Amino acid sequence: MSGLTLRRPSRTTTLMAAAIGTSLVLAGCGGSGGGGGTAPSAQGPECAAFTQYGDLNGKTITVYTSIVTPEDQPHIDSYKTFESCTGATVKYEGSKEFEAQLPVKVAAGTPPDIAYIPQPGLLASLVRDNKAIKPAPAAVSANVDKYYPETFKSAGSVDGTLYAAPLGANVKSFVWYSPTKFKEKGYAVPKTWDEMITLSKTISAAGEKPWCAGIGSGDATGWPLTDWLEDTMLRENGPEVYDQWVKHEIPFNDPKVAAALDRVGGILKDPAFVNGGLGDVSSIATTTFQDGGLPILEGTCYMHRQANFYAANFPEGTDISENGAIYAFELPPVDASKPTPILVGGEFVAAFTDRPEVQAFQAFLSSPEWSNAKAKAGSDIGQSGWLSANTGMDAANLSNPIDKLSVQVLQDSNNTFRFDGSDLMPKAIGSAAEWKGMTDWITGKSTADTLTFIEQAWPKS
Amino acid sequence: MTLLDKLGQLVVAIVVFAAIIGLVLFVADRARGRRAELWQSILFLAPSALLLIVGLIWPALRTIYQSFFDRTSTNFTGVSNYLTIFTQPELLLVLRNTALWVVITPILATAIGLVYAVLVDRTRFESFAKALIFLPMAISFVGASIIWKFVYEYRPNQGNIQQIGLINQFLVWIGLEPVNLLLQQPWNNLLLIMVMIWIQAGFAMTILSAAIKAIPDDITEAARLDGCGNVRMFFSITLPSIRPALVVVLTTISIGVLKVFDIVRTMTGGQFNTSVIANEFYSQSFRINDYGIGAALAVLLFVLVVPIVVYNIRQMRKVNAR
Amino acid sequence: MTVIEDVAGAKPDLAAAATSPSAAAKNQLSSRWASAAALVIAVLWTIPTFGLFLSSFRPERAVKTTGWWTFFGDWSVTFSNYTAVLFRGGQPLINYFVNSILITLPAVVIPIVLASVAAYAFAWMKFPFKDTLFVAVFALQIVPLQVALIPLLQIYETTGLGGTFWTVWISHSIFALPLAIFLLHNSMHEIPAELIEAARVDGAGHVRIFLQVMLPLMKPAIAAFAVFQFLWVWNDLLVALVFAGGTADVAPLTVRIAELSGTRGTDWHLLSAGAFVSIIIPLVVFLSLQRFFVRGLLAGSVKG
Repeated sequence: MSGLTLRRPSRTTTLMAAAIGTSLVLAGCGGSGGGGGTAPSAQGPECAAFTQYGDLNGKTITVYTSIVTPEDQPHIDSYKTFESCTGATVKYEGSKEFEAQLPVKVAAGTPPDIAYIPQPGLLASLVRDNKAIKPAPAAVSANVDKYYPETFKSAGSVDGTLYAAPLGANVKSFVWYSPTKFKEKGYAVPKTWDEMITLSKTISAAGEKPWCAGIGSGDATGWPLTDWLEDTMLRENGPEVYDQWVKHEIPFNDPKVAAALDRVGGILKDPAFVNGGLGDVSSIATTTFQDGGLPILEGTCYMHRQANFYAANFPEGTDISENGAIYAFELPPVDASKPTPILVGGEFVAAFTDRPEVQAFQAFLSSPEWSNAKAKAGSDIGQSGWLSANTGMDAANLSNPIDKLSVQVLQDSNNTFRFDGSDLMPKAIGSAAEWKGMTDWITGKSTADTLTFIEQAWPKS
Repeated sequence: MTLLDKLGQLVVAIVVFAAIIGLVLFVADRARGRRAELWQSILFLAPSALLLIVGLIWPALRTIYQSFFDRTSTNFTGVSNYLTIFTQPELLLVLRNTALWVVITPILATAIGLVYAVLVDRTRFESFAKALIFLPMAISFVGASIIWKFVYEYRPNQGNIQQIGLINQFLVWIGLEPVNLLLQQPWNNLLLIMVMIWIQAGFAMTILSAAIKAIPDDITEAARLDGCGNVRMFFSITLPSIRPALVVVLTTISIGVLKVFDIVRTMTGGQFNTSVIANEFYSQSFRINDYGIGAALAVLLFVLVVPIVVYNIRQMRKVNAR
Repeated sequence: MTVIEDVAGAKPDLAAAATSPSAAAKNQLSSRWASAAALVIAVLWTIPTFGLFLSSFRPERAVKTTGWWTFFGDWSVTFSNYTAVLFRGGQPLINYFVNSILITLPAVVIPIVLASVAAYAFAWMKFPFKDTLFVAVFALQIVPLQVALIPLLQIYETTGLGGTFWTVWISHSIFALPLAIFLLHNSMHEIPAELIEAARVDGAGHVRIFLQVMLPLMKPAIAAFAVFQFLWVWNDLLVALVFAGGTADVAPLTVRIAELSGTRGTDWHLLSAGAFVSIIIPLVVFLSLQRFFVRGLLAGSVKG
């Protein structure tokens, strides 16, 4: 699951006006606006990059998302230059019940112009079942080809056609730890999975619990374990098998999946390793994911695997930096000689109409200007945890060291990526059976029974 | 939305509503002639009828219709949604839990309410004592769930971590290990049911207490003269006299229990095998977006409520006839 | 349902009945064991609320690390939990509190007004199919509201009402109507026909009779239903979640507190204070309008 906003708790909101410094001129993006380039009246130098979108005066674009207060503010702020330069108005509506309400809106025949879809699986079903999404316009395709890694492009595509350009992104394969604590105890950041297990044993032998975790998330309880499983699938079996698994070309209860899940169990189901400061193994199920990593600060736990957005859960003022109280390392590979893809997630911009102003806005959202404007707007009001996979994004616009690290990871051309599998799978699996199965698994169900349960829930058609 | 916008909506609502009602009454008052009363009654009934038809009857029919279609309501699938509910192990568990709720809650809540009503009847503290039991009825299911979650809260037996939940503290005091209570299947269902009992006992007590007070004094007097003890009195006089009230209380609580959603959602989110029909309806409809199964579950709820209500009504007829 | 009122007899009041001589005799017979049993139940029923209430005034650290019973050894009291949950953070509870009030007022008033007009028609007017229609309204009470949610949501979307207070107001009104009509009809029906006749002879039409004769007489019945409907709306989660759950602009307290419990499960200092913020208003209503409250509950417990 990736209702990003569900996962990220809030920071204080202060109003600010987004100032967009960058003025990269997009090459190769044909003006998709209908106005033919007549520039609207209020014009400044910052509008140079927006002439390609044409004159959209009086036009309104509605955006419907799952991103709500306070994280909606930098989004709204990031549209301001677009609005003032083109004359268009962007109406933003965020809803926590987005995933429940969007299909209703579509069925009722009143979809928004644009929706930020947090799960490619949902996108695919809207494209295939409802035939409601318009393919991405040429300008958007060009931007995506130019600025986004292939993994993100294919996650926004259905049956080979690009429908939705990536918006935000998150990097999942992180392990949170305390650099100061590690230094104090003389522990080193592990480079391989085996080193990580050895470190865990060392900590455990010293009478402490190395790991802490929490998978509670209301009716989404269980999702953090799906990320764990995806990470070990990539490490245990490599990207090809991962792709087969996600597409259901191998069954969910294939021995390879079982091996990956057992690898998770090697840590999370070992009473000597968990659950630092929180209880026994079963307490993982009753601890909310927001609370799952906090024992690191208390010194009762040493490691917590969670995506970059977990940064927002540490109390304000926590020193999150390479040598500070909190930082993260990449979840190490099993076989260091083979490159391991990074697990990523994100949301996508789908359009329900092909009106010119909507297509212009789509093009804007897929451009580096927007990513930078959004990053800056967030930093300016002290919000962290948001980043984009746009390679044109400047890490300097981000305030949080983890976000910067994540951008480096995303922009490193040596890295390959894989998209969050549970977000790609059908909702009946990725947002239901897998959550439930994993929750049962952590509270005692066997690996084989768990995987068979999920396999049997896979939709027949 | 600012507060001003919200108040604006409120004012608009009041104005619109007052205008509609004013218009209805004004026009009705103008009606003259032989058919005046017919027109007036139509006017009086129209607003309610409109809302009920558009907001309740049509949606209900539509849901029944949807329950025979697939997850996106596009292809007719016959009774396959119902078959799924009655064959899939996970959904069978939901049915089992619902059965647990419907059997245990009314019986225990009524028993406790009745015993308490009898115990405090005509004592000096009756008013106050009743208020204590009755108070939970004013608390929302969500609030009640949080109150009880705190009672069940678990802390590991690690270092000098102390319990903050009352039950686990008791376990520790008597020398046992603390237990992560909400995970203990299937007993965790009982912990959730306890919340409902806690709320409903006050309702049972109030009605049964009123019924007990309605027993004519001469009957109790006569029994007393015959040498009836307290216990015999309860079983041979009180219980038979309040039987109709008892049935109404039992059935009423059953109906409420069938639709319980808030408690399960707030306490466990339906995890750890504690889901019930009403909760499953919500997650199937709004989380998994399987409208077919969701609709079938809603219809099932409807079907289950009907016999209880019919029995309830017949019972009430009998009471009225006396 | 109404019949319960009949079962309950003339005194649905919580207040004790007058003690008759025979009761005094009985009283002496009730043993000490009975009092002890009653006391045990009373304590069991009160302790959970008391524990959370106490916790809501303890400092964060104390709430999270020690049981509330240790309070009696360490008397530190603070209001900071309440100020934190009500006013601080990205989504302060005060906004939801305001929403709850804004949702509740019209959701109580609208069905009462509509239902009293309709109930009057059923009670004192003649029109074809009256009995059939009344039975139909009665039968609608048993329709679980789950059955109506999704199609209703689609209707709101098509009419452009989605995400506003209107959806919640209208939904609560619809779901309240069958019971309200039924109850108010029964009360109106009990008014002596002579009263109505006398008014007719004086030349009053139905509208005047309704406004000037019926409504004043209906005050207790309306109050009873109002209190019940108030509690139902204020404490509701399902309707709010489906129609208003998405946006902080419209969502009421219950939605936010259920959410807090799912995301901030160990922040007991916030949860306890939040829970009591949501409880306080119904509690005040309960304590001040006890008589109507009980009557409303006796009358309306079968609501869908």
